[in-house]
Amino acid sequence: MSRKIRVVIAKPGLDGHDRGAKVIARALRDAGMEVIYTGLRQTPEQIVGAALQEDADVIGLSILSGAHNYICPRVMELLKEKGLEDVLVVIGGIIPDVDIQKMHQIGVKGVFLPGTPMQDIVEFINANVRTRLERV
Amino acid sequence: MSPAAAGGGPGGHARAGIGSYIMHRMKSVLNGTETDKQRWARETLEPTLKKAPERGIPFTTISGRPIDRLYTPDDVRDVDYARDLAQPGEFPYTRGIHPTGYRGKLWTMRQFAGFGTPEDTNLRYKQLLKAGGTGLSVAFDLPTLMGRDPDHELSLGEVGKCGVSVASLADMETLFEGIDLGRITTSMTINSPAAMLYAMYLVVAEKQGADWGRLSGTIQNDILKEFIAQKEYIFPPRPSMRIITDIFAFSATEVPRWNTISVSGYHIREAGATALQELAFTLRDGIEYVQYGVDAGLDVDEFVPRISFFFNAHSDFFEEIAKYRAARKIWATVMRERFGAKDERSWKLRFHTQTAGVSLTAQQPYNNVVRTALQALSGVLGGTNSLHTNSLDEALALPTTEAATLALRTQQIIAHESGVTNVVDPLGGSYFIERLTRDMEEGAYQYFETIDKMGGMVEAVERGYPQKEIAESAYRFQQSVEKREKIIVGVNDYVAENEEPLEILYIDEAAAERQMAKLERLKQTRNNDQVRRTLDALRTAAAGTANLMPPLLDAVRAYATVGEMCDALREVWGEYEEVPVI
Repeated sequence: MSRKIRVVIAKPGLDGHDRGAKVIARALRDAGMEVIYTGLRQTPEQIVGAALQEDADVIGLSILSGAHNYICPRVMELLKEKGLEDVLVVIGGIIPDVDIQKMHQIGVKGVFLPGTPMQDIVEFINANVRTRLERV
Repeated sequence: MSPAAAGGGPGGHARAGIGSYIMHRMKSVLNGTETDKQRWARETLEPTLKKAPERGIPFTTISGRPIDRLYTPDDVRDVDYARDLAQPGEFPYTRGIHPTGYRGKLWTMRQFAGFGTPEDTNLRYKQLLKAGGTGLSVAFDLPTLMGRDPDHELSLGEVGKCGVSVASLADMETLFEGIDLGRITTSMTINSPAAMLYAMYLVVAEKQGADWGRLSGTIQNDILKEFIAQKEYIFPPRPSMRIITDIFAFSATEVPRWNTISVSGYHIREAGATALQELAFTLRDGIEYVQYGVDAGLDVDEFVPRISFFFNAHSDFFEEIAKYRAARKIWATVMRERFGAKDERSWKLRFHTQTAGVSLTAQQPYNNVVRTALQALSGVLGGTNSLHTNSLDEALALPTTEAATLALRTQQIIAHESGVTNVVDPLGGSYFIERLTRDMEEGAYQYFETIDKMGGMVEAVERGYPQKEIAESAYRFQQSVEKREKIIVGVNDYVAENEEPLEILYIDEAAAERQMAKLERLKQTRNNDQVRRTLDALRTAAAGTANLMPPLLDAVRAYATVGEMCDALREVWGEYEEVPVI
């Protein structure tokens, strides 16, 4: 497989804490993936738009503000509308235990909490991604 | 510093020991042979290392600064007591701004709090004051911080989550209901819309009958670190700087005891900066504000005494203490030498400290109590003027009442049980601390030079310079954790299986619904013509050069919302968008 895994890293919501998003973006790039970082304050519409335009295999959302219960269902809904259900969606940030199950139920495959090694995230993506070639 | 000043013992015996020690050292220096430390390394250390090597890890601070195994008088030969340390309460204040340290007045125990509706938070404030808190500190939610009302599209899912939602004067009145603003001091973490929330506080105080002339508190109002690290900006850098100088000018005459800015390294550090970068960028931000104030025609000694600082207390104990001590010295020197400040209040750097949120772990959260206690102790040994200790559950959520109380108790134990408050600057004279303090100072001046060459901090920010430096440090630190060069207990070592989940504070959407309903009622009951008139006047002032505080106070009194006031300014100045640096 020659094509690199394409990942859109996005920071939805109003929160500006972008340390995690930026560190992960670099780690995935160093692991050989193609990373597109959207920058701050992206709406679910903009994020899904970027995934479509960039032909992304993975969307990584960084949320620390507690807004995941609104943002993640909206992203999943929009992906479905655009026929992008097979894009792997993962989130990282501060997600209370009680919400993790909810995130899995709506189709978010990976939920990464503070302290997760970057390597674990790289491995998770490698194991769970379906690249465009497989998807077609 | 002479060794006698640094470490002289009380008895004649010790003094004799030091005397012969000096003779010995002088001899080897005069002979041009070697320092005593070098002799020690050769005669005593090396044989030991051969038999018992040191652990094979890099001995560095959490910032990656290499640390020698031993510090001796040979390491502080360039440090002069009178010039570089001086007595506490005397220039350059390395040992503290108060001659009595904490023997006179303890630091202010100021716990940052805010969540849900103003009613929810008002209750928490009353609990904190009852538990012995000595000041309030308001955490606003993200919509408020970003100048959006609770009913704005971008506020969905965010209202009341990371702090309290305050959309108008009505909410501010509720927030401080039953709390006498004339008697307590309040710190408000608010930046882009700082002028609006400040105006609201002033109007609430006025309605309570408090005199602005005696009112005291702090607004963070530090926009540069928003562009650098925290990223809660609204307007472009230059009009943002203008709001700040308007606040300086207004407060100097109207609210003379108000701390008009809290120049913050906290967020710079949390974003991944090293201790040195935190120190250097924060003080350089401070210099930028002073320069803009001077350029706006203000007299240095009129507004600089109201500038305060806010630093992080991270986990590397000694590096943090050195950072605070260096900060005081640099600020005093720069204010006197670079700006010609004559009032010694302009020289004295006062600062608030918060323990490092970023160091808290979601794993084994009770360990966070220990981390926080050590960090808080470094702030105290560094001479902080006020302190916030984080709660054990803050890697998971906003703190529960129990967790917040324990965090406050941590400060009280340090203050009353540890004995560290008996003496001023107890670590002053430590070879290690003095060397580190000096190195931090020199490193900061190097950063100043680089930033000065770019034209100043606004220009450096516009080119993304500090942002890039910080991103680099953040990545380097993460790599050292992955390689296990740095151990984080419970995260990359000493990991526990099957941890019991902690009870956390869960904020649902009910707060958002209540805030939206309140806003709708407000818009029906207030005088909307007056709101329109005051917002028009605000736009006119923003397009011209008049001070923005009077029109903001009028808009606030008319119950214009934070969103409406910020929108008025957005129309005139536009919004800032950053080019992300990875």
